[in-house]
Amino acid sequence: MKQYVSVTARFDCDGNLLPIAIHWKDGRSFEIDRVLDIRYAASMKAGGAGIRYSCRIAGQKRYLFLEDNRWFVDSREAVCT
Amino acid sequence: MRVILHSDCNGFFASVECLYNPDIRQKPVAVCGDAEARHGIILAKNEIAKKYKVQTGEAIWQAKQKCPELVVAKAHYDRYLRFSKMAGRIYADYSDMIEPFGLDESWIDITANVDNFDDGYRIAEEIRQRVKYELGITVSIGVSFNKIFAKLGSDYKKPDAVTVITPENYKEIVYPLPAECLLGVGKATKKALHTLGIYTIGDIAKASRELLHSHLGKFGDSLHTFAKGYDSSPVKPLGYERIPKSIGNSTTPSRDMKNTEDAKIVLGVLCDSVCRRAREQHLRAKTVSINIRDKDLFIINRQEKLNRSTNINQEITAVAMKLLRENYSFSKPVRSIGVTLSDFVPDTYSEQTSLFVDEHKRERLMELDKSVDVLKKRFGSFCVRPANMLSDKVLSGFSPKEENIVHPVGYFT
Repeated sequence: MKQYVSVTARFDCDGNLLPIAIHWKDGRSFEIDRVLDIRYAASMKAGGAGIRYSCRIAGQKRYLFLEDNRWFVDSREAVCT
Repeated sequence: MRVILHSDCNGFFASVECLYNPDIRQKPVAVCGDAEARHGIILAKNEIAKKYKVQTGEAIWQAKQKCPELVVAKAHYDRYLRFSKMAGRIYADYSDMIEPFGLDESWIDITANVDNFDDGYRIAEEIRQRVKYELGITVSIGVSFNKIFAKLGSDYKKPDAVTVITPENYKEIVYPLPAECLLGVGKATKKALHTLGIYTIGDIAKASRELLHSHLGKFGDSLHTFAKGYDSSPVKPLGYERIPKSIGNSTTPSRDMKNTEDAKIVLGVLCDSVCRRAREQHLRAKTVSINIRDKDLFIINRQEKLNRSTNINQEITAVAMKLLRENYSFSKPVRSIGVTLSDFVPDTYSEQTSLFVDEHKRERLMELDKSVDVLKKRFGSFCVRPANMLSDKVLSGFSPKEENIVHPVGYFT
């Protein structure tokens, strides 16, 4: 299921945008250890398309999508489960 | 030898809706206008709905008769525009010669990047895979040496496929196809060709140019050129804008217009939109036309040629209202109405002023329009409006200028 989330992100001085932490609706937050890959991609599971950030969160690889100006994850594979 | 791609997003609107709604992907889906606002026709359908012979342009109830389990999805134009731009971004990685044909089709000239059709195929495959991966929708791509055959190629095998039509194989692929597959051959031309015993594109190519010319005129010559593979029209570079031949807007409000006052409100909004669009393109029109469709879908079109070219709101609205008053009595309520400007001259064009017109007033009106344009650009179409618009917000509550989508013009214009 497509789940929009709030994200803390940083613009570096070159203009690159990097997500730092994901904030779940129930108040929990998850730090992103590392962004492994950034590319345009569609999410067939959640239903959407945009810039896909492959992130390592608590040792696991998760996808975070930036669609226009909203961030979303697929909640079936999301960090809250 | 040129290498041209034609990329066509398969069932574009429906594919995008299916991407956003995973639950409906395995069902027959049609994207429709808003039925409550009385725009309930089929705009696009997915592959499953196609099997039920659901057709673009028919009413929702007609489609449901053919396919009772049809899922009707609401159209989201903002999404389609976004996806169209995203596809364009992928194409732009391979060429700057990209000519869009509507939101979902584009020609891409990659001659400068490739040596032969094998390279062309490789790039087309890469684009096909990237669109699928990055956008989550499929395209079919035709690769050929002219725009006409490239388009035939994208129609030849779909969805999610690449077809290469080369000077070596075009006779085997193109010639057996029915004549109506050729761009520009509609019902009327098809009928005319059948009377000549011409059924396939091969038949067109083999027919003499004189025969086609004598029955179809100049268009016959074009068809012959297309079928022979001689089309040499270039792919327009990115950002190329052709000067429009007409600028028009029409609308079907959510309730019928019962009298001149109702129509005046709607025409006011439409005239404001077409005039602003004309001013934006630095054009003035010499002809104003209106079209009226009553509640029984009977249509009338009327036009008036002006003595002086203009893009002044007040003048255009006055002409549109005059056409309406002179030609329609409101014996039946009006369902939809449209205004079109045509016969353009550039706004720098000098004209003889008239002794009988207050030129000073005209100049002030032009300045007024310019000022209001700036306001509307900054604060939206609703920031400054004539007072009569406030009397019925149902009829005046739309903004054709912002919602306007320029649809592809014919290949031959």
